[in-house]
Amino acid sequence: MAGLMSRASTIAQAKFSKLLDRAEDPGQTLDYSYEQQLVQLQNVKRGIADLVTAKKRLELQSSAAQQQLAKLDDQARQALKAGREDLAREALSRKAALEGQIDGLTQQAQQLAEQQEKLIAGQKTLATKIEAFRSQKEVIKAQYSAAQAQVKIGEAATGIGEHMADIGLAVQRAQDKTAQMQARAAAVDELTTSGALEDFTSQGDDLDRQLAQVSQASQVDDELAKMKAELGQSSEPPAIEAGQ
Amino acid sequence: MGEGQWEVDDSLLAHLNELDAGTEEAVANGDETGLRSALEAIATAVKSGGTRLDDSYLGPSELVVPPVDLTLAEARELMHGEGLIPDLP
Repeated sequence: MAGLMSRASTIAQAKFSKLLDRAEDPGQTLDYSYEQQLVQLQNVKRGIADLVTAKKRLELQSSAAQQQLAKLDDQARQALKAGREDLAREALSRKAALEGQIDGLTQQAQQLAEQQEKLIAGQKTLATKIEAFRSQKEVIKAQYSAAQAQVKIGEAATGIGEHMADIGLAVQRAQDKTAQMQARAAAVDELTTSGALEDFTSQGDDLDRQLAQVSQASQVDDELAKMKAELGQSSEPPAIEAGQ
Repeated sequence: MGEGQWEVDDSLLAHLNELDAGTEEAVANGDETGLRSALEAIATAVKSGGTRLDDSYLGPSELVVPPVDLTLAEARELMHGEGLIPDLP
């Protein structure tokens, strides 16, 4: 049993020697290997593009959830003003649950952004290596005997192969992380759709309706008081004179 | 770790192997923090003591440094079987 570093090396080398074993004619191997590298580079590019799209979508979901936080806060305030502490409490507990989910999402998004930067750098390295391989393969074909070429190909192709495996792993891990984030975002969505009000008049759940009523009622009270003030009426009922 | 190829001195190699033993121990103990610091120590040692090779360099590596943020679960997968490192086309 060995540490992670030696283990990773052993596996990468084993996978690669399997690929080289398929080689027979050096010239053919070179061309085939080069084609495979281009395919792999395309896969990496596509993988990165998919990740960027997924991350964008998650960021949108996250900012929508942020808006819901503000809404819940506002609702709690209004409920409290209307003397409905129970409703305020409920709105605040939903806000807390949502906050927890958003925090987790933000953290994961940051890690993913770091991984993506590395992936893009790795993709550039891979492209450079493939270009170097392309020019070297022509030199090898022209200048070396079959036996020598075999050795040269082995070295060059193994170097590229390791890098492909390395970046392939990075893409795979970023994809796993995106999947985890999507699961978390789904939980956030559930909290926002079940908890907060998109629209005061829409048919939300019971809390939504009650909060809407409270908010509407206090709005009506406010406006009524304002109108009364304009008309010079006291909002208090008129006092009854004594003795009558 | 997806950051290109590095060349390290033979004297550093012994130190790297020591640090690598630390990763094995951390995985065996299920110690996520220990694993993380062992992996970070390896990455730091390579970056501070090694030289980054040109991207156009074509040659095999003697060692593959795992990603710094490898989780315990991923490390176990790497230790057993063919896991984690994707198949080549």
